[in-house]
Amino acid sequence: MATAVGVDIREATAARGAPTHQVIAFGVMVALLVVAPFLVYPVFLMKALCFALFACAFNVLIGYVGLLSFGHAAFLGTAGYAAAHAAKVWGAPPEAAILLGTAAAGGLGVVLGTLAIRSRGIYFANITLAFAQMIYFFSLQAKFTGGEDGIQSVPRGTLLGLFDLRQTYTMYFTVLAIFLVGFLVIYRAIHSPFGQVLKAVRENEPRAVSLGYRVEQYKLIAFALSATLSGLAGATKAIVFQLASLTDVHWTMSGEVVLMTLLGGLGTVFGPVVGAFILIGLENYLAQLGAWFTIVQGAIFVVCVLTFRRGVVGELGRLLRKPL
Amino acid sequence: MNTQALFSQLLIGAINGAFYALLSLGLSVIFGLLNIINFAHGAQYMMGAFAAYFLLQWAGLGYWTALLVAPVVVGLLGILIERTMLKWLYQLDHLYGLLLTFGVALVIEGVFRNEFGSSGLPYTIPPQLTGAYNLGFMFLPIYRGWVVLFSLVICLATWYVIERTKLGAYLRAATENPTLVQAFGINVPRMITLTYGFGVALAALAGVLAAPIYQVNPLMGSNLIIVVFAVVVIGGLGSIMGSIVTGFALGIVEGFTKVFYPEASNTVIFVIMALVLLVRPSGLFGRTT
Repeated sequence: MATAVGVDIREATAARGAPTHQVIAFGVMVALLVVAPFLVYPVFLMKALCFALFACAFNVLIGYVGLLSFGHAAFLGTAGYAAAHAAKVWGAPPEAAILLGTAAAGGLGVVLGTLAIRSRGIYFANITLAFAQMIYFFSLQAKFTGGEDGIQSVPRGTLLGLFDLRQTYTMYFTVLAIFLVGFLVIYRAIHSPFGQVLKAVRENEPRAVSLGYRVEQYKLIAFALSATLSGLAGATKAIVFQLASLTDVHWTMSGEVVLMTLLGGLGTVFGPVVGAFILIGLENYLAQLGAWFTIVQGAIFVVCVLTFRRGVVGELGRLLRKPL
Repeated sequence: MNTQALFSQLLIGAINGAFYALLSLGLSVIFGLLNIINFAHGAQYMMGAFAAYFLLQWAGLGYWTALLVAPVVVGLLGILIERTMLKWLYQLDHLYGLLLTFGVALVIEGVFRNEFGSSGLPYTIPPQLTGAYNLGFMFLPIYRGWVVLFSLVICLATWYVIERTKLGAYLRAATENPTLVQAFGINVPRMITLTYGFGVALAALAGVLAAPIYQVNPLMGSNLIIVVFAVVVIGGLGSIMGSIVTGFALGIVEGFTKVFYPEASNTVIFVIMALVLLVRPSGLFGRTT
């Protein structure tokens, strides 16, 4: 693949530490997220944060390896089911439930990744979509997922035996901490020598191969990382909303995360976060309009692809001449 | 094993296979020339069924007219999409085509769901095709036999046109090297537009055929299309005969699975896809990428 989807090559600063403007942007983001629950409905923010982490994890593949996965709902949903099952049926504490869910998604990521990374471009998108649909039908029929009902009233429990997560603010700051850990893991990974190799693969795969890199392994690790962190988002979401349901495994969810990332800016550090907040906000306002939300989503897709391929953060970064 | 049940599942499998074949054929034709996966294919199939429904309700035009008119109308809408949106994306990464048509599919399905809800609208079988033959070992509803036969004819005709005629030769040449073909004085952009329209028309035709069997439903395409994507991956993207053969074969395999191991009937195609990918990453009939 010559150039990945809509990503400019402007990562010259990446090798040595984080550039100042990204540190500032990160500081602003953290400050906003710390203040936000006192101004905005915290449950909305928690939902947006889970999706922001999901979109960031998705962005690892599309933005830095140039692979469009159309099946990321599989990881979000599987982790949600695993975490909800552990918390509700086995009575596991929330930290164990979330870790288990994350591990389940990571394991699934390794298996599906091994099969999927053999292909590229449109084939890759199709294959991930088909695998995710397989997981969907499995979730629909398996006993422990509760079929159409999902796993309901999952207990939030007490984090590390210290923090009662039934308190909204305690839950919020736990979610914020999880999000920030995930965000920083991704930031570190894509700004490491490993991340540089990924970008090399994205820009010119045959060249990376000829330089002696085991491209398949790099892609598989990136896929597994993306799946694992999607799982972290899904497991957290299941604990927050005390629910794991088919919505999270359905292919429309895979489409939604593509849209969040595209809207925010493919291959940007902060884009997926912004995209997730915009889309979850829209969903909140348009929820009572039913099918109209689908129409709006579709229209945003069309407009983004036709005229706004850099996304919100990508355009902002271009105006400021700094990659964000 | 009850042979009656076996044959009736086999028939259902053949019918599903007919729809898989028609839809994956359209996808393959479009992919061959435009290099995009038309995610709106399911929505366009649904529009074909709705077009038949509208023709009957509003204009009193029956099934046979719909079989001709609906693909043309929906095909023209496809051409409109190609002219106004898709044509701006050809110089970009092919994934943008997928994303755009995905957005278009969401808009179309949203609009229809807004108007008609999620429940199905009935469409009756044309009087000439009602009833059933007694084949001795089973009853064959005439309409279902017609669907299998008719789509087989359409598939083979399409294959013939593309692989054995002059027009098809231009098409195949443009798939290989559009610049060179254009240099010979062939209007490649128009050919691309018409090809997209034709692929969409095939989807709409499948929709008209499906209307009397399944109900006319805004969501009828979205669930089907993902299975068809898997069919296309198994057959090999862009292979005409490959998509026809795999379409019918997988429908029948799915039918058999319903008899012998019903729990797996939803997933069997995806499992086959995984196995095929392990052995042949570019699909059974695909050229290596």
